[in-house]
Amino acid sequence: MSLPAKPSSSRTAEAIAACRVDPAAAAVELTDVSFAYDVRPILTGITMTIPRGKIVAIMGASGSGKTTILRLIGGQLRPKSGQVRVGGLSVPDLEPEALYELRRKFGMLFQFGALFTDMSVFENIAFPMREHTELPEELIRDLVLMKLHAVGLRGAAHLMPAELSGGMARRVALARAIALDPMLVMYDEPFAGLDPISLGVVGQLIRRLNDVLSITSVVVTHDVYESLKIVDYLYFVSGGRIVASGTPEEVRASGDPFVRQFIDGAPDGPVPFHYPAPAYREELFADVG
Amino acid sequence: MSAELTAGIAQLLRRIGGTVTGAASKLGFVSRFLLAVLWHTPGAFRRMHLTLREIYFAGVLSLVIILMSGLFVGMVLSLQGYETLKRYGAGEQLGILVALSLVRELGPVMSGLLFASRAGSAMTAEIGLMKTTEQLAAMEMMAVDPLARVVAPRFWGGVISMPLLAALFSAFGIFGGYIVGVPLIGIDAGAFWGQMKAGVDFWPDVTNGIIKSFVFGVAVSLIAVFEGYDAKPTAEGVSSATTRTVVMSSLAILALDFVMTVFMFRGASVV
Repeated sequence: MSLPAKPSSSRTAEAIAACRVDPAAAAVELTDVSFAYDVRPILTGITMTIPRGKIVAIMGASGSGKTTILRLIGGQLRPKSGQVRVGGLSVPDLEPEALYELRRKFGMLFQFGALFTDMSVFENIAFPMREHTELPEELIRDLVLMKLHAVGLRGAAHLMPAELSGGMARRVALARAIALDPMLVMYDEPFAGLDPISLGVVGQLIRRLNDVLSITSVVVTHDVYESLKIVDYLYFVSGGRIVASGTPEEVRASGDPFVRQFIDGAPDGPVPFHYPAPAYREELFADVG
Repeated sequence: MSAELTAGIAQLLRRIGGTVTGAASKLGFVSRFLLAVLWHTPGAFRRMHLTLREIYFAGVLSLVIILMSGLFVGMVLSLQGYETLKRYGAGEQLGILVALSLVRELGPVMSGLLFASRAGSAMTAEIGLMKTTEQLAAMEMMAVDPLARVVAPRFWGGVISMPLLAALFSAFGIFGGYIVGVPLIGIDAGAFWGQMKAGVDFWPDVTNGIIKSFVFGVAVSLIAVFEGYDAKPTAEGVSSATTRTVVMSSLAILALDFVMTVFMFRGASVV
């Protein structure tokens, strides 16, 4: 883990001014973005637009670079080339204070919730409010209860994260992600490891909160069925490139081999079953020593 | 020179070079890390409840092991010391032997080692697990700097706790020495306390012990929070980081103790 770019999270007038978003610009815009860890390429030539108020899914197999896209949008990583814009602002060009200021407008739901284990459910949701606002305690209490009510867990406010089921933890994390009424919420594998009921609940919450709060949502997932039910648009990523995209109807009707393999869950296809290796016969009959 | 030998030497040189540059790079990272933690110090003290919470976890919860160890170390020191002093007819000097040994050396060093094992390893494991479970990343995405919210309060909690624990270790050690020396062995209580009072000076004995324990507190806390923050986000990574904290802290305490003792007590008389 690297150190934060500058050891400060103080709020300055310049930072606030530097991260004023353009209301006419798309919520997120990636243009010809490439990223590599040292020399290992992860993303190549990614171009995508996420309009305001929509839910867009980024789908792909594990290790295809989906989460890296979220990290680029959040400014945790810088692209090797190309542009990453949020509300018209170039994220990699923001000064650290402005980047922190911009992140106040984000919400993020991590794969397993990432709830603070030493705080209760209530304290977890109050955390961003206490860190970033001067609201009185009575108001924070009311806001936390409202957020918890929205995800159906007002009665669980006193519980500790260890006492929650996987689905409940994900819903609490969702309530925390919307604590400060963000403009953009990013979901990293929100459906991973959930039972069918919890999965449906989380999916419907993502859709409902997006519409009610007029936010924009980016959902990174490999759960094709749940995504097709709730999203407005899908991008398919494989090997660090966008290989297909479309609305749920277009995706369902698609004849693209990759999309078909993904939807049908076929073990072999454009995404091969075998990891690259020498010919099986040659390796079996090779001289040892 | 054969080609194989040349290749072997080249590989060895590459490895040495890699190790040296890796160590230099890590040292640079630790220095930047320390500067960043110091930068956030005013914030850690402004939100004192965070630092107080860490003083509780690092200090108060270490009390049992520190006090019990201090008591037994003092008792053993008293037994062994009396046996030696008796040979020279100086059994009455037991109080000064116990007090100086504890205040100058054993108090800071032993409590430092115990602190590294109990509180240092806990700090590393906690921060490492927060990293593994993406809690630190979540904080960053909420525009909250984990160095300010998580690392700086833990660092200062450790630094503040360490001298207090060392003082309590020494106090309980002296009490243990008294229990063995006076009621058990039968040394006169007046002689025990009187010799101690006459032979132990606030400067340099007590103050140097405090300085030592403060330095150990900085070293152990820095190693503990750094190893946690730098841990690989896996179960094995956190386990290795915790082990490294205990090993590195122990070696740092012993090495720093030697260096400080050389400078602090050079030419100092015992009585």
